[in-house]
Amino acid sequence: MTADFVKLEYKQFFRSSYWQKSIALNILLGFVALYFIVVFIALGFSLYPLIHKFFPDRDPLVVASSFLFYWFLADLLMRFFFQKLPLMQVKPLLTLPIKKSKIIHYVLRKSLFSFFNFLPLFAIIPFGIVTAVEGAYDSGKIFTWIIFVVLATLIINFLNFIIESKSSESELSFLPLLVIASILFGLNYFEIVQFDTFLSRGVEYIVANPFYLIVPLLVLIGLYLLNFQNLKKQLYLDRSVQNKAMTINSSDLSWTQRFGSSAPFLKLDLRLIWRNKRSRSTVFILVIGLLYGLFFYPNKVYQQWDAMYVFVGIFVTGIFMINFGQFIPAWDSSYYKLLMSQNIRYKDYLNSKYTLMMLSALILFVLSIPYVYFGWKVLLIHFAAMVYNIGVNTHVLLYAGSFNRKKINLDQRAAFNYQGTGAVQWLVGIPLMVLPVLFFYLPYKFINFESGLAFLIVLGLLGILFHTKLMRLITSKYLAVKYPMIEAFNQDN
Amino acid sequence: MITATEITKKYGDKEVLNIQKITIPSGQSFGLVGNNGAGKTTFFNLILDLIRPSSGKITNKNIDVCHNEEWKNFTSAYLDESFLIGYLKPEEYFEFIAKLRNVNDADLQNSLLQYEELFNGEILGQKKFLRDLSKGNQKKVGIVGALIGQPEVIVLDEPFANLDPTTQIRLKKLLRNLNQTTNSTLLISSHDLGHITEVCDRIVVLEKGEVTKDLKTSVETLKELENFFSA
Repeated sequence: MTADFVKLEYKQFFRSSYWQKSIALNILLGFVALYFIVVFIALGFSLYPLIHKFFPDRDPLVVASSFLFYWFLADLLMRFFFQKLPLMQVKPLLTLPIKKSKIIHYVLRKSLFSFFNFLPLFAIIPFGIVTAVEGAYDSGKIFTWIIFVVLATLIINFLNFIIESKSSESELSFLPLLVIASILFGLNYFEIVQFDTFLSRGVEYIVANPFYLIVPLLVLIGLYLLNFQNLKKQLYLDRSVQNKAMTINSSDLSWTQRFGSSAPFLKLDLRLIWRNKRSRSTVFILVIGLLYGLFFYPNKVYQQWDAMYVFVGIFVTGIFMINFGQFIPAWDSSYYKLLMSQNIRYKDYLNSKYTLMMLSALILFVLSIPYVYFGWKVLLIHFAAMVYNIGVNTHVLLYAGSFNRKKINLDQRAAFNYQGTGAVQWLVGIPLMVLPVLFFYLPYKFINFESGLAFLIVLGLLGILFHTKLMRLITSKYLAVKYPMIEAFNQDN
Repeated sequence: MITATEITKKYGDKEVLNIQKITIPSGQSFGLVGNNGAGKTTFFNLILDLIRPSSGKITNKNIDVCHNEEWKNFTSAYLDESFLIGYLKPEEYFEFIAKLRNVNDADLQNSLLQYEELFNGEILGQKKFLRDLSKGNQKKVGIVGALIGQPEVIVLDEPFANLDPTTQIRLKKLLRNLNQTTNSTLLISSHDLGHITEVCDRIVVLEKGEVTKDLKTSVETLKELENFFSA
């Protein structure tokens, strides 16, 4: 049975047109994975010498354990954003003679093979070996320690899915997790509650008494069962019917009329964003984006480094466009055929997306004005970043959209589809934010601060000036890929 | 109105459509029948320029659909659910379509009145999104959406499938009326030989991508078609 499932998924993955179009991205992801593996191996080999150097008279395992708290916290956050419960289209399977429990066990067991679960091994095994050999440490104890870390990693694995399923039910999506993680970190950092010493004591105790490995093991089994139950409840078709009673808010949106021929699309986009769970999360990301500056500006370390401010500025004023713009035109994929057979000019359609992104940058800039508290420089940088976003990033996003072949199923609430964005989407965001930092940094480095700002603004203004020309270019690109796009959007993944 | 000349569509080596010539004059109600895989939907997709022909040319009012988009001004279609926007209410969907076809709000409300019977009180004023409607009601919305703005060419793929018997009868009446009163060209496909002979003046049978029969509807047509498909 498991083999059959694996075969099904293998086919789903390799036969989707998305895969064929994005081999490059998959290769890139492969390199990222490789990079992390190398980093972790290096960490594994160098950890013991480092500990030995800085804490020569302390037990290396205890010192390593005291870092575990931070590692677990970071691991949980990373997983929350990048790891998804292996999604399987379960609907066709429900009526077949397969026990539900079998499907769930398969999905849960499959999650054990996630990259995230193997990553720590690359560090802890070399570390264990080096400690045993060079430190002449009791290898039994090291073995117990490694087992503990593996168990803890798996606990985080299953804990994450529970958090994801809970947070997907609430509107705020990942806000609660971020808040909780920050509080834990804060309590620990300011030594109010010392989770890290608490944890390392526990580990010490377990290493001394391997029998107590039973505690993490029981926690792991408990979490597995909890997940099992959680998913079992979701494996009904009417699960998707249940939470449908969304109240319809009929704001008339007549103010969109002033945008002329783009107005119907603008109206459509606003409704799209607000009425679908998947797209609504982009609105909540705005809150986080706006607060992002608070992580950086009060910090003395970054005040030496203006280029970092540009990054923050682009992020703060562009958070919506980066999140929304990446999926143009896939947002409309489920009715793309309608759009293509209607009396629509592509130009108007794309222009409405542009207008939306431009407005978001303007609004976010206005909302970010209070950051002036941290100095005029911040406000100036935000302004330059906004102009750059409006002039350059919008067009880049629209152009990149013509390569989009992945359908977004807005209506679908696939039983395991907690969030929509995977690692790939985050990767696409990088050039949007890193390039302007470079554009700022080069003149800044060789001339001065003002010239860096001026260069960003000039680039942005050029984009705005040639807007019509650029849009014509982008439109022709979309027209050229019309048929493959229709075909890809017609596929159910 | 619509002319397809030496149209072929191939997927790899497999030819799914090969039509020497079909000319559909303005105002005709044109019916397309054929078994699964005969190429009906492919033909409609080609007319709407949703897929590209491997060879040949389709013109709509003398406009080559592949190279000029002007035909969109007077053509409308409902092929499948991908023509619906799930997160809109039916009213909003109609309003969106009306905007695209330059129909003002008053005219839209007026024209919706004549579909009251078809809607059967289950569509308008329901406070439901399209995605939450039943398949049959979704179809009603899609078909009416395609009729907004009195397009000169209307393409409907399997309009009768999924509809309840009452609605099927009402829809037949509506389509016949529409064709007679507005002189619009109607292209429909169906698996129901009875329905299609009732609605269409002309029926073309496709088999494995080729035209095997081209009939002007008469009293004997239904019999003839039944014989053909039972053979």
